[in-house]
Amino acid sequence: MSRHGDFAASLRLEANKQLPMGQPLQAAMAPPHVTIALDQGSGSSACPVVARGDRVYAGSTLGRSEREDCAAVHSPVAGVVVEIDTRAVPAGTGLCITVENDGSNRPDPALAPIPDYSALSPRDLLERFRNAGIAGLGGAAFPTATKLGSARQQTTAHLILNGAECEPWICCDDALMREKAADILYGARAMMHVAGANRCTVAIEDDKPEALQAIQAALKSAPEGFELATLPSLYPSGAERQLITALTGQEVPSSGLPTDLGIVCQNVGTAAAIARFLQTGEPLVRRVVTVTGSGIAQPANLEAYIGSPITSLIERCGGYRGRPRRLIEGGSMMGRALESDTVPITKATNCIFAATDADLVARDQAAACIRCGDCAQACPAGLLPQELHRAARVDDGPKLDSLGIEDCILCGCCDYVCPSRIPLTEQFRAARLAVRRHRADQLRAAEAKQRFERHESRLQAQAEAERRAFEEARRRARANPN
Amino acid sequence: MNLPALLPAVIVAGTLALLMGGALGWAALRLRPNEDRLVLEIDALLPQTQCGQCLYPGCTPYARAIARHEADIDRCPPGGDATIKALAQLLGREPRPLDPEYGENKAPSIAFIDEQRCIGCALCLPACPVDAITGASRFMHTVIAAQCTGCELCLPPCPVDCIEIRPRRNDALPTARSQAA
Amino acid sequence: MRFDTSPAPHVVSGRSVGSVMRQVLLALLPVAVAHLAVFGPGLLLQLAIACPAALASEALALRLRGQVPGPALRDGSVLVTAALFALCLPPALPWWLTAFGAAFGVLVGKHLYGGLGNNPFNPAMVGYAMLLVSFPVEMTHWPLPLMTDGQQWSALAALTTQTVVGGMGDILPAWDGYTGATSLDALRTGLRQRFTMSEVFSQPAFGVLGGTGLEWLNAAALLGGVFLLATRTIRWHIPCSMLLSVAGLAMLSHAFDPGGYAGVTFHLFSGATMLGAFFIATDPVSAATSDRGRLVYGAGIGALTWAIRAWGGYPDGVAFAVLLMNLTAPLIDRYTVPRIYGHPTD
Repeated sequence: MSRHGDFAASLRLEANKQLPMGQPLQAAMAPPHVTIALDQGSGSSACPVVARGDRVYAGSTLGRSEREDCAAVHSPVAGVVVEIDTRAVPAGTGLCITVENDGSNRPDPALAPIPDYSALSPRDLLERFRNAGIAGLGGAAFPTATKLGSARQQTTAHLILNGAECEPWICCDDALMREKAADILYGARAMMHVAGANRCTVAIEDDKPEALQAIQAALKSAPEGFELATLPSLYPSGAERQLITALTGQEVPSSGLPTDLGIVCQNVGTAAAIARFLQTGEPLVRRVVTVTGSGIAQPANLEAYIGSPITSLIERCGGYRGRPRRLIEGGSMMGRALESDTVPITKATNCIFAATDADLVARDQAAACIRCGDCAQACPAGLLPQELHRAARVDDGPKLDSLGIEDCILCGCCDYVCPSRIPLTEQFRAARLAVRRHRADQLRAAEAKQRFERHESRLQAQAEAERRAFEEARRRARANPN
Repeated sequence: MNLPALLPAVIVAGTLALLMGGALGWAALRLRPNEDRLVLEIDALLPQTQCGQCLYPGCTPYARAIARHEADIDRCPPGGDATIKALAQLLGREPRPLDPEYGENKAPSIAFIDEQRCIGCALCLPACPVDAITGASRFMHTVIAAQCTGCELCLPPCPVDCIEIRPRRNDALPTARSQAA
Repeated sequence: MRFDTSPAPHVVSGRSVGSVMRQVLLALLPVAVAHLAVFGPGLLLQLAIACPAALASEALALRLRGQVPGPALRDGSVLVTAALFALCLPPALPWWLTAFGAAFGVLVGKHLYGGLGNNPFNPAMVGYAMLLVSFPVEMTHWPLPLMTDGQQWSALAALTTQTVVGGMGDILPAWDGYTGATSLDALRTGLRQRFTMSEVFSQPAFGVLGGTGLEWLNAAALLGGVFLLATRTIRWHIPCSMLLSVAGLAMLSHAFDPGGYAGVTFHLFSGATMLGAFFIATDPVSAATSDRGRLVYGAGIGALTWAIRAWGGYPDGVAFAVLLMNLTAPLIDRYTVPRIYGHPTD
């Protein structure tokens, strides 16, 4: 990986990906009911377009929004809408639509494949992607149509397919690349058509030789403009900005986006989802999820239905082995620990990690920061976590801003190396929220002040006008007493 | 004790002390910091609710009173303890808890007009210091949530008590980047 | 099934404050052994006094601040302070001075500023400097290295023990023949008395590389330092910049005036140069933060050490050089903030 500037990009972490990769990609069973969250994590929330009691088919739209930055959500199964309510989801709570599966699996008759995507205008195709619910499957679930749309507006010549998958335990992209390499490239071609790109780089870490081979073989029948890049297996080489710098040597400006450099980055899973949609008309209702950890009997990669309760995935993998201590949505570095396994998976769920004590490292009580500087050395964004920590401890918002709290990608590298075991990432997450809240408050206050001043000057002007009118009337009355 | 030997030392030290003290006193009187700038700095820390709970007609008059030492820094309920702490830091004064005589700490809130009960009398419109209520006589009134500061000045004029105060929901927070990546 | 939650990341590396401190103590073993071989058993006595004094002071301070002393004492950071402090002291220092210095360093040098992680000054050096300035006679009373002619280990051991326990006063005449100037001391006095460099260097206080005996200490410290670098306990920036700075100034001055200034190897292997470079200057809490800052910091320490040795009032300058650069560390930090990814290269 190319090093840029003063920072060393990365950590070498134990991958722990062998177990699920021991078997091929497996299909999951459609569960008895699915719960689809309307707030997909990034972008705007969708609004329901069905009501309780409505009958839906597999692939029917359940929710959408007029807003540009919202991808629609669909039902993976045929059945009846039984509930629209606020319930627990991995990210907390949110409005969800629950569909009871009638077992028929009848597809929505309105769905139709698009055999020749180049026949459609890019704008049209983007709208189809949005309505098909295509979102980034790397973990953020940002609406793909929005991302590709803005790429299109800015002359984006270079598409990067992110197959790095640098976080330990997660290997869903690896499985997908091994088995659906051709689909991934097909989807990439559609993306290039839409974004106006003429060059595509598929980036894969070097600890995935089978995936590299599969993509290499599929590239033989790919048109010009495609290339394969191998990355060293370091964390977090798959983080979008760091990945772009590793491949191109350019840095994405802090207040900007990759499209400012003429680059757009997409996950390989997203490309495969587009391919499936174009080929079969099926919207985004399924995704590959890695079910792994020492607490799972038979770890595997499953092609699971979005909205399935996590319990159904665990069952499919032979159930728990022993009593795992933590259930994590994601990998060991950035995954979110869940309270319960009854929550449904979403478009953002790439891994279910049932961790036992052997998989985790217990964190003792945090000690004081000894300013060893290891965190600064490990930070891929070139920040000084020890200084951020100091500023966060006293809620010094302006200092946090100037130290670059908004540039923190919350990767967890600083936590990993800290000998004092300080929970830095969590602190920065909270600090960033506090800084943003403070900024929002300041904007509100400034606006309120402006409105107040206008209000006051308006009242003064009114009073002034009344006084003048009164004097004018008095003068006229005096001049003309009759 | 050798008094004659001490005398010169005492005189010199005493004179120096008088001179320096005098110079400091003169500086304190004649070299005041620019009051207007100080008022602006204090005003920037106030929440701009314009509610009058501090008994001044707006945040800037209160800021001026603080600058002139006519009012203490513990009178702003919407700002709460955070504002008092910030003011204390700016002015080098002791922070203290919010004075309960002027109000109590409350979560950010906004006013909400119950449209079923509103009779369109338009008495609340002029009461709002930031013109956050839209409407006209005999037309439905409504509060523009994004503009409302939660000052509660619209509650007294309403003859049918159709305005209630609700906690403010957290809107989407602005990020430094134009879009979440 | 329900699970307990915890924020990400869910794995961390094996390093802890305790493991870092243990590495440092391990790396100090060669220096300790060399010290015992050169100056007799005095070091053991000093350690036996300094360590409990430092631990007791730390426990007292933590309790006063309402904290449980246990974890902080166990992580070994106070032991490292005490060990470095003891290594800098003359081995025959009376026990009350050692205890006072250790307690002072821990209480005033560390806890007055907020405890671990908050001290702007190196606590061991604070204790040492206070003793040096307040008790110059006792603090410059070094025994002759054992490899100098005719020194008996057992006699030295007896003298040292008596002095440590009972103090310097009555026993001073007995030290005749067993005490002498260190090489840095001899160099300074010799040059002031207008001896030539070769005359100065032919004195028994001077060995092959640096001062007799002290060159072994420095070599041992270098060994320990390389161990620390190899295990990544410390980073190379401060030691390298400090040593290069000392060496560079020594080389330039010696080339300019061979009769007035000692050369590179002498400076590198005398006094506390190596100990300072690898163990004292690298104390992360009081050093600069960024890599670039650390290069400046280390270079500053080296330059000040050389300057104090060449022109200053004390024979060895490491302690004061470290303390002076501690003062400038925040300023260095302000001007050497590394560039954040995606920010302009300004």
